[in-house]
Parts: sequence; structure tokens; C-alpha cells
Amino acid sequence: MFAVDNLTVSVGPQARPIDIVDRVSFSILRGEVLGLVGESGCGKSMTSLAAMGLLPKPGPRIRSGRVLLDGADVTRLEPWQRVEAGHDAMAMIFQEPMTSLNPVRRVGDQIVEAVRVREQISAAAAKERARELLELVRIPDAALQLSAYPHQLSGGMRQRVMIAIALATRPRVLIADEPTTALDVTVQFQILGLLRELCVRFDIAMLFITHDMGVIAQLADRVAVMYAGRIVETAAVKDLFAAPNHPYSRSLMACMPIRGAGTARLRTISGQAPQPGSMLAGCAFAARCPEARESCRSVAPAHLESAAGHEVLCSYPVTDGRPW
Amino acid sequence: MVTGETILTVEGLRLHFDVRRGGRHLQVRAVDDVSLSLREREVLGIVGESGSGKTTVGRSIMRLAQPQAGRVVFRGRDVLRQGGEGLNDLRLRIRMVFQDPYASLNPRRSIGDSVAEAGDINGVFTGRADRQRRIAESLTNVGLDPSLAGRYPHELSGGQRQRVGIARAILPVPDVVIADEPVSALDVSIQAQVLNLLSDLRERLGLSMILISHDIGVIGHMSDRVAVMYMGRIVEFGEAREVIDRPSHPYTVALMAAVPKPDPSLRIAGTIAASEPPSQFDRPEGCAYAPRCPLANDRCRVEAPVLRPVGTQVVACHNALPG
Amino acid sequence: MTMASGTPGRLAVMRSGIGRLGVRPIALIGLGILLVVLVAAIAAPLIAPYDPDTYDALIRLSPPNPAHWFGTDQFGRDTLSRVIHSARMALLVGVGVVTFALATGVPIGVFSALFPRLGRVSMRAVDVLMAFPSLLLALGLIVILGPSVANSIIAIGAGFLTTTARIVYGLTLRLKTETYVEAARSMGSRTGWLVLKHILPNLVSPLLVQASFVFAFAQLSAASLDFLGLGAPPGIPSWGNMLAESRNFITRAPWLLFFPGMMIVLTAFALNLAGDALRDRLDPRFRGLFRGEG
Repeated sequence: MFAVDNLTVSVGPQARPIDIVDRVSFSILRGEVLGLVGESGCGKSMTSLAAMGLLPKPGPRIRSGRVLLDGADVTRLEPWQRVEAGHDAMAMIFQEPMTSLNPVRRVGDQIVEAVRVREQISAAAAKERARELLELVRIPDAALQLSAYPHQLSGGMRQRVMIAIALATRPRVLIADEPTTALDVTVQFQILGLLRELCVRFDIAMLFITHDMGVIAQLADRVAVMYAGRIVETAAVKDLFAAPNHPYSRSLMACMPIRGAGTARLRTISGQAPQPGSMLAGCAFAARCPEARESCRSVAPAHLESAAGHEVLCSYPVTDGRPW
Repeated sequence: MVTGETILTVEGLRLHFDVRRGGRHLQVRAVDDVSLSLREREVLGIVGESGSGKTTVGRSIMRLAQPQAGRVVFRGRDVLRQGGEGLNDLRLRIRMVFQDPYASLNPRRSIGDSVAEAGDINGVFTGRADRQRRIAESLTNVGLDPSLAGRYPHELSGGQRQRVGIARAILPVPDVVIADEPVSALDVSIQAQVLNLLSDLRERLGLSMILISHDIGVIGHMSDRVAVMYMGRIVEFGEAREVIDRPSHPYTVALMAAVPKPDPSLRIAGTIAASEPPSQFDRPEGCAYAPRCPLANDRCRVEAPVLRPVGTQVVACHNALPG
Repeated sequence: MTMASGTPGRLAVMRSGIGRLGVRPIALIGLGILLVVLVAAIAAPLIAPYDPDTYDALIRLSPPNPAHWFGTDQFGRDTLSRVIHSARMALLVGVGVVTFALATGVPIGVFSALFPRLGRVSMRAVDVLMAFPSLLLALGLIVILGPSVANSIIAIGAGFLTTTARIVYGLTLRLKTETYVEAARSMGSRTGWLVLKHILPNLVSPLLVQASFVFAFAQLSAASLDFLGLGAPPGIPSWGNMLAESRNFITRAPWLLFFPGMMIVLTAFALNLAGDALRDRLDPRFRGLFRGEG
């Protein structure tokens, strides 16, 4: 099980830190997919980097909170330190496979490199494992493609290679940061199917970050909605789509140009997300919230939780049923 | 709303370019015999994935790319063959909104200068006061405060910059706006704002639009008619609702099925149309979609299909049935 | 995204660029030195304690002393006064070379990039010019043109026009693919408009940096030419010909070598510091101008 507990990531001077991730908590079970959804600047990528131990130095830092792998606190450990300490592997895949893959090395070599991080096996055995991994991610002619360079592969194939590299360390946790955003829709469909299948088969806890609610609906078991560095709602995917409680979640879903909506005007969210550090007391969404009361601007929002595990960070969540 | 009178037609557009890959000379047929029509006050959506050629069609109409063959006829004049005065006039009547709000504005020029550029180049303004007034009007039309004219792009958000790009495209007010992925680089909530803006402007200014996008949701929301492109050709063309809800061409069917619906109860198990689009250099003979098509037969591999009526739309497929 | 409440207007970028130049102490030192040189050049007759050409055989080759802080040379001329007056030459040559390099390099680079068929020829010509070591090139041109201040500016400038042209060529190639240039083309702009409104303004900041470096290295080249007697005529003092004349007296009167030499080094150093500071201020500010987060 993978959990993040009250994680806060800040930038700026020690004396006056600016929180770009604010007390974020969630947990993911083995074999489960948690979708982390939010718009750009909400802090979802930063959360994932912090959880992996990949925050750039110098730069944003974890100010408080913990990252837990099966109960063990790995917050301050960088990835190599986690390996050394014998923890289960965590792997990450990113949006742009062209920049995550080394353009001057063959794809097979890059997978082998990942394999040998964890396992002390011979080069030949590692190469065999690399071929298996390519087959696992459904790349045709796996044995031949081991010697391909990234630029010789299409975007979808490169992303599959990324997944193969991620799987090479036999991870228990996989963090995917918008892995299909740059791909064509038909390719995206296949990659999503592949990821889901792999998580179930290898019992991997996956954190899937995206801004696309459609992808969330297709892939996630549970969803966390993020806004201005905070998680404002967490729920099982069916519950979230059937009855979103947080006004931001409701607004977000209402503004999607759904295929069947015809030519009606789209609902919008007025204004813009607040800059980190410019938020005063009270709820970060209050200025744009259609349901906001006076007190919302000055009083911090309540953290409410229902029996079914539906959590919301709002003092006046909307509970009247279908949103649209 | 849509009057039915055709104002722009594209006929037999062909654009290929030559590349060298690994010492061989190859040809990429970016646009291969494309024909469409745009009616007055209509939004024509062109949808396709990467490599479909949809952006190149838009650029060809704007003469930012030079097609090798074909005509683009606007109000009786062939856009591709115009020169001199006629071309200047056309440039003012057919305008483009670009995809990347960060790259489409010169960071060194003020918002006002960028918005007024078409007018400045073509001597449209009668004086400074006229120019100021019209810049303010354009900015107001796109929902921005006229005082932004003195600012610079880096002071604005992505959504605001995109609005500036639109303000630029409507000063002076054109007949046709070609929007190339106008909201792809924006957040969902901002997308909604900009799409609403485009709808409003179409109403108020009587614009006709060609909307190019890979996003079916956007296309479906905005378009009256839709053309689906695959590897440089139009494979299906018809009323938007028909093409999207009842697609006929196997590629359109696969495309619509692949779009993730925001409804968890509609999860699709299994794969549809496995395999990826072939490389652009390896154009198969016959139908370009045949290698991936569940309906493909021998005829498909040899003979490229032409657009023919199937149900309520036109489809380029030998075997398509009404959706 | 918020809208910054900064001052709008054309000069906003420039103003904040220059205003923040002096933040780093090392840049302040560079600026200080340049200021001293500038003042010396402008007000030489007022500041210099003596006339630079006054001979006085009685005090020839005196080491630095209270009456002559930098000592005197073999003719009894005050070294300090000569050093101050030389600043004029330094500025003249510096400004002259920069102007020449920009006036020739920028058009060559811009038009080579905008018209590839022309560019293929002109950039190869630039390559040929670059193949010559800059000092040899300068010497060669002086021999052809004849030694004089104006000709030395051209001779030295020819070497710098090549690097300027290459920088501008590369930048323009990139700029012409920018979306906003495409947008301008789509609205009917001609080459002239593109160059004036889109290309040149975006070249300003890298060219400013280039100018400061050229200015610095021009001093060194000018000093070399003067040293060889092929630059400024010996009558007009310059650091370079002061160095040349000190050759025979290195052991007896090292101050004749030291002070002009130090001024050359200091000026070049100061200009490099200023160039660095300019680049740091203008460019990242540019790069940091809101890309990405939407």
C-alpha cells in the first residue's frame, strides 16, 4: 500500500515559505488505480515528484508530511536510497517519452539499465528480460526492437517502452504523470487498456495524473480532485461522477464539451486559479465558487468524510444529487 | 443560423513534401485530394489525429503552405492564384487563430500592436484615434479590458493570450476564421470560456468558421458539419451529430469509440482496432486505412475508395454501411 | 495567472533591464571602471594634469612620484596624462568597430536567413572570412587600405562582422519559424515589415550583449595594431602605441609598460563583466516570462 500523509511542498525562503502542495493525503491499495485530476498549476505533478523523492535540488522541498510505502516512512529518501534500504520499487512514467528516453542510446540498453538497478544478473539475462518486457507491453517484433533508437519509434511505441522501463524494476507503485496527453486518441485508448491490465496482473498501486475527466472515468477506481495545491474531493469513481460534492468538481465536470451536448453554451468557471502564496485564510476556491457563503473566504473549509469513503474539503458541499 | 450558401470551397487539394530518410528520397502526402465546402455562418469541423493533414489543409487555405494542386475558391476567386490587391483583400477576409497562445504573440510587442497588426500592414486605419478605438473594440469583443492594449504578452495568462489571438483575427472583421486547435493548449475551464467566446463571435459578427481539432468533444460541441481526415484524405463528411453519433467509416467508428467518455459505467473492455497508424512514408496502396480495418478485403488493398453517399453522410469506403 | 501590475509601455523591458544591472557587486565594479574610462575620454583636457605632448628632457624616465603619478616616458611626457587621453582613442575605436560590425553583420545575417538562396552564398563568404585569424585579417586589410584610424576600425571590424553575422543568421532562422511571424505572414506582411517589427526587436537583446564583447575585444585588437605601428598614428596617444614605445625601456622603466597595459586589461575585463551582467539580466528575464503554466 502506498500512502501520502499531509504532505506539504514549499518554495521560497525558509522564513516565509509558499506552499504549492498543501497537506495532501491519499492512499492507494495494491492493484488499485487512483486518479489525481486537476488543471495546470494545481500541484499534481509536484505531488508526484515529492512522493517519488525526485524533487529537484535546489528547489521545492517537502516542508512537512510523510510518504509511506507499506507503512515505512520513505519521505526523506531519494530513489536510490530507497533501493538500498530494501524498499519495494516505485516507478514513474512521464508525459513526453521523447525527453524521458535517451535519444542516443538504444531502447534495449535503456531497459537493461533499469533491470540491473535491482537485479544482479548477467548482461545476457538482462537482455532476455528486456525482450520479455517489450513483449509484455505489446510491442511487435520485440527482439528486433531492442536495438531501435527512440526516434525510430512512434509516440505510442515510445510510451510503451517507458512503461517497460518502469516495469523493469518490478515496482509495487507506479506513478503516471499525464502519460497519454500527448498521444492520439486511438493510441491513448490502447495505452490505457495496457496500463489497467498491467496493474491488475502485477498487483501494482497506480497513481494516474491527468486533467482529462474522460480518462479518469475509463481508468480509475478512485479519484482525487486537486485545486490550488489541495485535494478538495476524494471518492470512488462512480460516486464522483454520479454526485460530485465539491463545487469545483461539479464546475469542472460541467464545463467539458461533451460530445452529445450539441450547441448549448458551456458552463464555465469564472476567474482564475489563485497564485500559490496569495491565498489568505479560508477556502482557496471561494472567490470563484458558485455556492460560496460569506464565511468561506475567512474560515478554512471543513474536511468531511462520508461512510462510503467519500471525502470533501468544503464547509457546504453540494449533496442534492445529479449535477448535470 | 446557417444560410446554406457556400462561400468557400476547397477542390482537389494536394500537398506533398519530399524528405530524405536514411539516404532515400521519400514523399509524404500530407494532403491528398481533399475537397470541402464551407457555408455562410457555418462551423465546419475538421477532425483527425496526428498525420491526418488537417492542419496542413488550414495552412494551405491561408497560403502558409503551398499545395501542388487544387483550388481554394472564396466568393468566386481562387485564393491560391491571387496576387497583389486581390490577395491583400483576401488576407483580410480569411483569418487564422493559432494553437499556442504563448508562441503566437511577439513577446516584444504590446497587445495593442499585435491586435492591430493586420490593420497596420494593410493600411486599414484612418488615423491614430481610429486605430485606438478599433483595438479597444476588438479587445472588448473578446471579453478583455481595453486597457490591456498597453500590456505585454508575458503579463497575461494563457486564456487571455488566446483571446488576444482571437481579437487579432477579428480586426478588421473577416468573413472566415480558421481556428487551428484554438483551445488545445488551455485548461478545461478556460477552454469552455474560449469556446463560448467563439460561439458568441460567430453569432454577433456573422463569421463562418473552420475549426480544426483532434478533440472530438470540442468538434462535436461547436461544429455544424464535420470532416474526418485520415492520412491526408477525408474519410467521412456530414452533419456533426450524424458523424459523431452514427459514424459509418470504420476509422470514424474506431475514433469515436476510443474517446474516453466521462461516465464510468461505459468502460470499454478489450481493444478496438489494435495496432497503430503506419508511418507516413509507408503509404499503402489502395485504402490508407486497410491495414487496420476490420472490414478490409482485397479490393480495399488495391483500390482507393472515393467519397460516396452512405446514409446521411459521404464516406470514402467500399464496405461502409450507414452508422 | 495574475496580471502583473508592472509599468506597461515599450521601454518596460529595457528600463527594468538596465535598472537592475547593478545588483550584482561584480557588475558594479565593471560599470565603475567603464564610467572612469568614459569620463577620462570626455574630459581628458580637464582632468589630465599635464599636456600629453609636452616634452621635458629634464624629467625623462622618472618613476612614479608625487608630481607624476604614473611616471614619465623617454621624452619626459607625463604617463598619466597620456593614459587619460588615450581613453578617447579607446572609445572611438570601440564604438567604431561595434558600429561597423553591426551595420554589416546584421543585414548579412538577416537577409541570408530570410532568403536561403542568397544565404547559401553569403554565409559561405562569411565562412571564408572567418577562416583568417582575426589579427592577420586586420593586418592584411590595413596593408591594402593604408594605416589610419578609420581604416583600423574597418580592418578590426571585418573580423567581428563574421561572428555577428553568424549569430544573427542563427537567430533569424529560428525567429522566422516562430508562430507570431507566421501569423504576421498570414495577415499579408512583407519581408520589410517582418524584419522591422518582428526580427530586429527580438535581436536587440542578444546584439547588445554581442556589442559589449566586441567592444572589449576591439580594444585588444586595436592595441595590437597600434603596437605594430599600423593603427593610430604615433602622434595620437593610445594604450597600444604607448605599449609599443615602452618596448625599449622595459627593464629601465617598467611603469611605461604597466600602466597602459593595465588599462587595456581593465577595460576589456570591465566590458566582459558588463556584457555578462547584461546577458544575465536581459535573457533569463525573457526566458522566465511565463511559459508553461497556464
